Amino acid sequence: MINLSFPFTEEKIRALKVGDEVLISGVIHTGRDAVHKYLHEGGKLPPGVSLRDGILYHCGPVVMKQDDGSWKATAAGPTTSIREEPYQAQIIRDFGIRGVIGKGGMGDRTLAACKEFGCVYLHAVGGAAQVLAECIKKVSNVYFLEKFGSPEAIWELEVVDFPAVVTIDTHGNSLHKEILARSQVELVKRL
Amino acid sequence: MEIMSQLQESLVELIRRTSAEIPGDVHQAILASLENEKKNSLAASAFKIIDQNIALAKTKSQPICQDTGSILFYVNCPVGFDQITFAETAREAVKLATKKGFLRQNSVDSLTGKNDGTNCGPGAPAFHFHQQRTPEISVRLVLKGGGCENVGAQYSLPNEKLNANRDLDGCRKAILDAVLQAQGKGCGPGILGVCIGGDRATGYELSKTQFLRLIPDRNPVPELDALEQDILKTANELGIGPMGFGGKTTLLGVKICAANRLPASYFVSISYMCWAYRRQGVTLDAGGAIQKWLY
Repeated sequence: MINLSFPFTEEKIRALKVGDEVLISGVIHTGRDAVHKYLHEGGKLPPGVSLRDGILYHCGPVVMKQDDGSWKATAAGPTTSIREEPYQAQIIRDFGIRGVIGKGGMGDRTLAACKEFGCVYLHAVGGAAQVLAECIKKVSNVYFLEKFGSPEAIWELEVVDFPAVVTIDTHGNSLHKEILARSQVELVKRL
Repeated sequence: MEIMSQLQESLVELIRRTSAEIPGDVHQAILASLENEKKNSLAASAFKIIDQNIALAKTKSQPICQDTGSILFYVNCPVGFDQITFAETAREAVKLATKKGFLRQNSVDSLTGKNDGTNCGPGAPAFHFHQQRTPEISVRLVLKGGGCENVGAQYSLPNEKLNANRDLDGCRKAILDAVLQAQGKGCGPGILGVCIGGDRATGYELSKTQFLRLIPDRNPVPELDALEQDILKTANELGIGPMGFGGKTTLLGVKICAANRLPASYFVSISYMCWAYRRQGVTLDAGGAIQKWLY
């Protein structure tokens, strides 16, 4: 198990390889379908949000407003990342992202962008909304709540020991490509 | 403060329990699969997190998965049952369950992109009423997340690319192709609900009714039972594994039904359910109180 703590420097990220299990600590931001499309179309990040050397989490959490006005994430697992494949490479490049947390893996364009710009894909366990919400110690801020609705908003989260597996690294490796190729071969044998 | 009707109270409780507690048969299947995976593998790690998550969701009475999914009600009711009042009450129960955090604000206007936070709108939640001549009322609820819904697939046979003809072997090829294409994207290990035949709409609809079956049950139709067992075994030999990390458990179960088709059509409709298989049910008395839990 590798501790991956803020700041997420290029050096730390390039040292990771496919199959590494990591525990992430620090500030991360959520962003999913609406945010990716918006940024791809030239939209600006709201004032106060920087993704540079940061981690973007493909997640639409359940967040409840507390009596004191603060927010609490009560369920927060990853959403399927492949939907962001048309946008992700550009967003990694333009916003200087070092890590993308999601599930299900991503495609060749993201793989190439990870290699070129120094970013990794971090696979969290899909459906594990409670275990992962426990790792969110604070919901610091929310942006685009009205514009995109709660699941699609940008939530700024402070996480401690958030578990994930590196499945796309900066060395051109993808666990997803590997498993797909292997399973295709196995299937052909059984048809 | 408005007084909540007994029916509404029962339905809120049904939603809470469906969202927060995995059914016993699913939990058993997950635990059995964990035993099968290689120690210290990524698959075993994923299963451990899944198991912790199941326990935590139940203890905290919070959603197993943040995507609380499409809300599908299956209601069996006697002749003369007031379906309109039931649907109105269920919609109110859904709104309340959303306020309480048992459901995410999960329903978006497809034209405007607005999410009004109620989980109610055209087609949401969905109701399937079935009348019967006996007096029992039962309500089954399935919460089906978007990740697994997106990897569902419908094949029209023959399919030249798959070399799949209009027979059970062709169905097998189509179903296994869907498993291959899904990889880990649907939050596997998954459970397949399949319908052979029907039209494009009824095929998918019937494929989802297969999720009302228990994981260890066996299909009473011998050909379908054989196909179910074969697909389960073959899929688990492909090495896709939980989350697509690699491993021995790609599917936890396969459930297949058949419906009549037109001579011109031969659809194989495949719905994929994630491991976070949220399905529960109750029988209700005439006043709307819960009599017993069905899963």
